[in-house]
Amino acid sequence: MTQTINQTDAVAATKEALDQYTRDMVQWHFSPETGCPYWLDWAKEAAWNPLTEVTCFEDMMRFENFDDEVLRDTDPARFIPAAFGDRPYNVFETGGTTGMPKQRIGWEDYKVDYSEFSDFYSDDFFPKGANWLMVGPTGPRRLRLAIEHLANVRGGACYFIDLDPRWVKGLIRDGDFDMARKYKEHVVEQAITILKGRDIGCMFTTPTILEAIAERISIPQAGIKGVFVGGTTMTPQYVRFLTEEVLEGQVNFAPTYGNTLMGLAISRPLTSEDNYSLTYYAPQPRAVLRIVDPKDSTKSMEYDEYGRVELTTMTKEFFMPRFLERDEAIRRRPCEHFPWDGVGDVRPFESTKKKVIEGVY
Amino acid sequence: MTDNVTHIPALRFGEAYKSMDTNDLGTVLKSGNSLEVSVVNAGIIRRDKLAIELARESLRKIPAETLLDYAEKASEIYLEDELAFGMNGETQTVADYVTALSGLTGLPHSLCRSNMFKVAAALKNIRAVLAGLTRGLPAELFDKGCARLGDIDMNFYPTADSLGVTLPSNSPGVNSLWLPALVMKTPVFLKPGREDPLTPYRIIQAMIQAGFPKEAFGFYPTTHDGGDAILLSCGRGIVFGSDATVKKYAKYSNIQVHGSGRSKVLIGKDMAEEWGKHLDVMVESVSANGGRSCINASSVLVPSHFDEIADALAQKLAVIEPCSREDENALLCGFANAEFAKMMDEAIDDALKTPGAVDLTAKYRSGPRLVEKFGQTFLCPTLIACRDPSHPLANTEYMFPFVSVVEMPQSEMLNVIGSTLVVSALTEDEGWMAELMASPDIDRLNLGSVPTNWVQWEQPHEGNLFEFLYRRRAIQAKTLKIA
Repeated sequence: MTQTINQTDAVAATKEALDQYTRDMVQWHFSPETGCPYWLDWAKEAAWNPLTEVTCFEDMMRFENFDDEVLRDTDPARFIPAAFGDRPYNVFETGGTTGMPKQRIGWEDYKVDYSEFSDFYSDDFFPKGANWLMVGPTGPRRLRLAIEHLANVRGGACYFIDLDPRWVKGLIRDGDFDMARKYKEHVVEQAITILKGRDIGCMFTTPTILEAIAERISIPQAGIKGVFVGGTTMTPQYVRFLTEEVLEGQVNFAPTYGNTLMGLAISRPLTSEDNYSLTYYAPQPRAVLRIVDPKDSTKSMEYDEYGRVELTTMTKEFFMPRFLERDEAIRRRPCEHFPWDGVGDVRPFESTKKKVIEGVY
Repeated sequence: MTDNVTHIPALRFGEAYKSMDTNDLGTVLKSGNSLEVSVVNAGIIRRDKLAIELARESLRKIPAETLLDYAEKASEIYLEDELAFGMNGETQTVADYVTALSGLTGLPHSLCRSNMFKVAAALKNIRAVLAGLTRGLPAELFDKGCARLGDIDMNFYPTADSLGVTLPSNSPGVNSLWLPALVMKTPVFLKPGREDPLTPYRIIQAMIQAGFPKEAFGFYPTTHDGGDAILLSCGRGIVFGSDATVKKYAKYSNIQVHGSGRSKVLIGKDMAEEWGKHLDVMVESVSANGGRSCINASSVLVPSHFDEIADALAQKLAVIEPCSREDENALLCGFANAEFAKMMDEAIDDALKTPGAVDLTAKYRSGPRLVEKFGQTFLCPTLIACRDPSHPLANTEYMFPFVSVVEMPQSEMLNVIGSTLVVSALTEDEGWMAELMASPDIDRLNLGSVPTNWVQWEQPHEGNLFEFLYRRRAIQAKTLKIA
């Protein structure tokens, strides 16, 4: 009973903190002294004033869904908040196969996200001081710097094997499955060389690559203690398979949901009641995930119902209200570790109705 | 509520594995339970394949003669016994199997049973089947790797550590194709068709009960990715499907692709006058097994008497009407997916808008081609008389008794048939028979008045499985007795 009351209090306190944080971020991004040209110009055209009319997170519903094409069409420099002056910045890219990619700029956000991720896990989960291997998209991705930061804050170094998801998506789109398989083998071969030749204790990769590596070597016998994965849909059956068979029940497993625009949503540690169903929690208040009615995204779905994933990112570096992700998920309740809504069993939006290219890397 | 669900697990080296991903197959069981089947992810198949030696070793330990005995014994068990089914100690009688199979596939009970007999006969006649495939080599070949035929020692080695098969749902009898692999000491990885996980599961249970080692069987209801994992990771693969499937796997020499059969009856000039004597052969070729098999004729090529043959065949086919599942005389199958039947019906009507062809059965049928009756959707037998040999319906196959009759000179027939699974050539013309035997387009050739669905156990069916799984190597020795 006490725990329930504490949980209720924690949820209420978190909501209050989110409302305050929302007010602060809106003030930051829509004030000429601190905001960026893109949003300041937007405000001039808007028929309402976020500075005075956003008093809590619920007021964010005044914003239309953010169109991410803006990130393709707009010079990223227009998103530099005035407060950041001339500080050099990183340009990160997300998604895309051809044409101009979507870009987001940043300074320290990725470090904040990944330091927080690191703090969530015990010293033993990803052993402190262990070296990491990242097998995944590097290049213009935020992930490359983020994983290295994670390795570094835990006292290790990070090795990298690059993987170009745009190339793989192209191969799959063209039906060139043989070449896609060859590319996967090429990536896996390099990863195995590093795992055999260097002292690696932790790994980041995608589920598909993890599976492929485990078809060649035993991951626990390779000395891996903890694996951090992200990238594609993981059904409960798939999570069970990875845990029981790929990781042989001997390796710590941290599934995540994230992207360049959001940061990193951590999954609640699985219990037997979860039956391998994952629930992710956004790095609130910096990012807020809602599960919304696909027909009216101002409305949240009820708990335990599927809906479309909506992301709002609010940091001093980047403001993006109500972006509709290309995913759907189950709205899950707050939990002990995260006193705010979670998103469960994420899968591509309307994947039960149409074919989606996914799981490419 | 879970008590009211019967679950068909995957079998990993014969061990039941209950996946958290399932396909709901509805309430087709006599028990009233709903039926669901595990759906495994592709990675499970690839990981199991890594341990394939376990399965090979289990078969190596048993003499081939003993495996042949087991197969014969499995025939009776499959046909008569109550077999393990589901996860909770449930069992399945023959009546349970027939009812559920009919519910899932639309086959009437009579055809479910005739397909059972086909599978059982393949097991019962396994020695004849094997002799046909190996051209009479002794079974110890599979124990020692060599055999002696006359004065010649012959060494054969396995080209594959396992046989992967992605099965269709249209006709349970097709399962008879993979059975000899086990006697050839080749483990199988099977992906059942979505609507028929029952048949391979029951066959496996019967074979295990007869003595086959359970480790030799992989049963993986799975996704398309899983199907690819089976075909691409097993040493040899067999896949059934459409023309698109054929195209997809054509480049893999280790995968045998069975697309549309486009089987045909060809009437020779010498027999054309006597066409009436062969009408029943034509009817059976088109309509046996509800027209569901790739060995059903989808075209009859005639050198003359076009109108009489087409008209008489149309009349005979049109009297075959939908019956209830339980009717012993039922010859037509319902469609598990009614939308699929509607699409086919519309496609035929669309094609008939192209001049040069007419649905002759329409005037002899009591109603439309598509019929909703006895709680099922049926497509009634359809004969298309094609004046134009290039008409889109002249060489098309559908999953019900559908046939085109096309007139052309005998001399042109072999030039136009294209890839054809079975040809029944009604002729005694030795010259033409020689041409037929030389045709690269025909997979199986029946000579004389026999229907396309006729099976002779000594003859290989749809490719020689022995030649697919084994290769002969030259072997020479001065001092050792080899075989």
